[in-house]
Amino acid sequence: MLKRWRQRVTFSDIVVWAIGIAIGIAVVYGTIVTWRRADYTAEQWINLTLDGLKLGGIYSLIALGYTLVYGILRMINFAHSEVFMSGPFTAVFLAKYLDSIGFYNSHPLISLILVTLLSAAVSITVALLLERIAYRRLRYAPRLVPLITAIGASFFLQYTFRGMYGNDPETYPTLDILKGTWTIGSIAIPKTDLVVIVSAFVLMLILYTIVQTTKTGKAMRSVSEDKEAAALMGINVDRIIVFTFSLGGASAGIAGILYALIFQQVHFYMGFIPGLKAFTAAVLGGIGNVVGAWLGGTLLGLIESLGPNLFLSGLGIPAANQLKDGIAFAILVFILIFRPTGLLGERVSKTKA
Amino acid sequence: MKTDTASIWKQSVSSGLIAGAICLLVSLVGLVESFGDTYIIRGLLTLGDFILLIPIVLITYTALSRFSESSRTTLLGVSAVVGLVAGFILTLLVLLGQAVDLRVMFVNASPALFSQLMRGVPLPLGALIPPLQGLIAAILGLGIYLIPARPRSAVIQGILWVVLIGTLRDQILLIDLLKPRPIAAILKSVIFSSSGLTPIGALLVFAITAGLSYYLSGRKKRVAVSQPTKTQKRNRIILFFVLAVILYMLPKSLGIFYIEILDTTGLFIMMGLGLNIVVGFAGLLDLGYVAFYAIGAYTMGVLTSPGLGLYSLTFWQALPIALLAAWLAGILLGLPVLRMRGDYLAIVTLGFGEIVRLLVLSDWLKAYLGGTQGIQSIAQPQIGPLKFDTLQQLYYLILIGIVIVAFIAWRLKDSHLGRSWMAVREDEDVAQAMGINLVFTKLMAFSTGALFAGLAGTLGAAKLTSVYPHSMTFIVSINVLVLIIIGGMGSIPGVFVGALVLIGLPGLLTEFQEYRLWFYGLALVFMMLNRPEGLWPEARRKRELHEEITELVAE
Repeated sequence: MLKRWRQRVTFSDIVVWAIGIAIGIAVVYGTIVTWRRADYTAEQWINLTLDGLKLGGIYSLIALGYTLVYGILRMINFAHSEVFMSGPFTAVFLAKYLDSIGFYNSHPLISLILVTLLSAAVSITVALLLERIAYRRLRYAPRLVPLITAIGASFFLQYTFRGMYGNDPETYPTLDILKGTWTIGSIAIPKTDLVVIVSAFVLMLILYTIVQTTKTGKAMRSVSEDKEAAALMGINVDRIIVFTFSLGGASAGIAGILYALIFQQVHFYMGFIPGLKAFTAAVLGGIGNVVGAWLGGTLLGLIESLGPNLFLSGLGIPAANQLKDGIAFAILVFILIFRPTGLLGERVSKTKA
Repeated sequence: MKTDTASIWKQSVSSGLIAGAICLLVSLVGLVESFGDTYIIRGLLTLGDFILLIPIVLITYTALSRFSESSRTTLLGVSAVVGLVAGFILTLLVLLGQAVDLRVMFVNASPALFSQLMRGVPLPLGALIPPLQGLIAAILGLGIYLIPARPRSAVIQGILWVVLIGTLRDQILLIDLLKPRPIAAILKSVIFSSSGLTPIGALLVFAITAGLSYYLSGRKKRVAVSQPTKTQKRNRIILFFVLAVILYMLPKSLGIFYIEILDTTGLFIMMGLGLNIVVGFAGLLDLGYVAFYAIGAYTMGVLTSPGLGLYSLTFWQALPIALLAAWLAGILLGLPVLRMRGDYLAIVTLGFGEIVRLLVLSDWLKAYLGGTQGIQSIAQPQIGPLKFDTLQQLYYLILIGIVIVAFIAWRLKDSHLGRSWMAVREDEDVAQAMGINLVFTKLMAFSTGALFAGLAGTLGAAKLTSVYPHSMTFIVSINVLVLIIIGGMGSIPGVFVGALVLIGLPGLLTEFQEYRLWFYGLALVFMMLNRPEGLWPEARRKRELHEEITELVAE
């Protein structure tokens, strides 16, 4: 038994496990120190958790786009971050216009719906153009070709939008009804936070229902199992792929509006980091899996907002919040090394394309 | 027959609409206006016009190749429709822009753009200008379509040279070799105007370059077949010496402006050669390549900068340590991630690159790495009394570095290791079955690539005498990746071609800087869709890519 084990474990395994264990110990130690010192009050922890949940909701919605496309085409749609950026960056002009004529605050719900619809429409358009112009011809190309195309498309889109709408960030007008807090029990929750958390959750539920129960959703899942067999069963594969891209685009566009509600600002480079994080979330949850996208997104949001204060400051690292993006990327690296299947997914990272 | 003609017109209109949409995009992105005063031919054609009209030419050309059976009049009609429809869309933009202030949303939809689209003609009549221009462009597309293949490529090359030389007018006049009085006078009075070429100059440049290309394209074929290898070898040696002399003379005959660009291009060539091993030879897509550059540069900075006050070694003492650090980082990252598949590897390396940048930027390591301020007063190399502290002297150092790196890459390519890399690239499983140690092979690719980037990093640090975290972004990794893809993955000369085209050329055109990444993105997509093997392809890679396509067609 021991002998067989020794044969299977290579030098690189040992190095990898050593790094993993060292980091694990550091995290546990940092957490203990922070708890002992009691640097933060319960209220601060609750606020951080809320931050995590709202970021997590947005990550889940974006991650859905990665997951669905990966499930069907086995490619990382690197330009999905630009699909996410294009919607809110366009819709900001509608929001500003509505604000300037006073409609925005007099009919907040209608305005929000209009802005969200525009954002989703633009994101869907961009996603579909990407699919039609760049990806469709590369469906059977060697493995790196679609990824490099996607990277190129990502830059092209970023700088196209920068050229069209300008280099400076645009500011979303604030909605008066979302100012202030609601008090639940003894906890005061900012209204924006609650709206974002709830709407992200509801949206994920709707999207999950679409994928799991509708006929098109069923077709989607069968295409992701086996394209040829699905085509033989009378499923129009092209149409399903287009539908997948639109679904991903729509959820990214709506996520963009939620993002804009939180951060108020949009600019051409806003997609890059959330896009990477959402991809991390998709991998964390298990790529190709809708529930996994939700789980991964929420977990990532929580780790990212709690992590720096929880264990980095315990380790005596100053300005730990600067490193929160680093935590997300470290999670990505370690998930792929130790559990390439993600939390809920099939094993994909090592299989051949 | 009737439905056939109807479908031809329908397709021409939709081609026209696509061309118009591209023109619209190019205008709104700001390319037309930004390059609107960069004349290619004085008074006739600006670079902006060229960028605006080239989509119409190209789309007309592709539309025509679909109807190759039709009569000439039909072809003429098709091009007219494409050109007019495309131009009409631009007219719509102008009219819309007059009615509403589009600048609230589109920053570039300014009166300046509109007047440029109408070539300065005031409105009622000016509305006719864009369709007219579109028509001319489309007829040009028709012309290019109708001439036979060999003169066609000559004409296209001639046009491209006119555009290139016209655009680079200011930079060409800066070359010291052209500065002697009679040459400069002739150049300035006959060929160049105050901006761009004169019409006569343009004709001259076109005639010379097109003629030359026509002549060469005919000659090449005959020579390649009949020439024995011995003369080929001799020619190669002669070429090598000529190249060496030119490279040696370059900094002496060029101004400081050029040398700066040459140095930067050189550093990118070095990085490109390294990434070429990782991506091109071994097929491992590394998107965090800048991390190794950063590690090289920062190690150099930490070890030599008196400003930071940690160590104060000389450049040469610190060099091996910096290289070792980069190499070790390559192994350290390589060990865990190399078991992953291509696209996952790409994202993880991207994450690694970002982690390195964030660490360098953080306050946590500020005492050691300088935080946002970076590290200043880094030592510059010195051999005895010879100090490499000007860009000219560093040019030679970078050149030596490139020669060493290129030599190593070239020798590695056909070595046992190099062939293992390519086997891994083609098919990991088969390679393993053939007895190739996957982990070792991939690690060697990763660490060699890291080493080269580390070398570029140390030289880059010495060149600027400072390093900043803000220059270690993802964009740098992308630049390097783009240049090896444009040049041809796995091809060593391709790296040089890619770096000269993508780093050297944009460096010359300062207006171009803002749109560099836009063009990079476009180039990546375009190359992947139409010419995945690159400009200077490696023979095996080309075969591989085309094989797969033909196989698929056969299926």
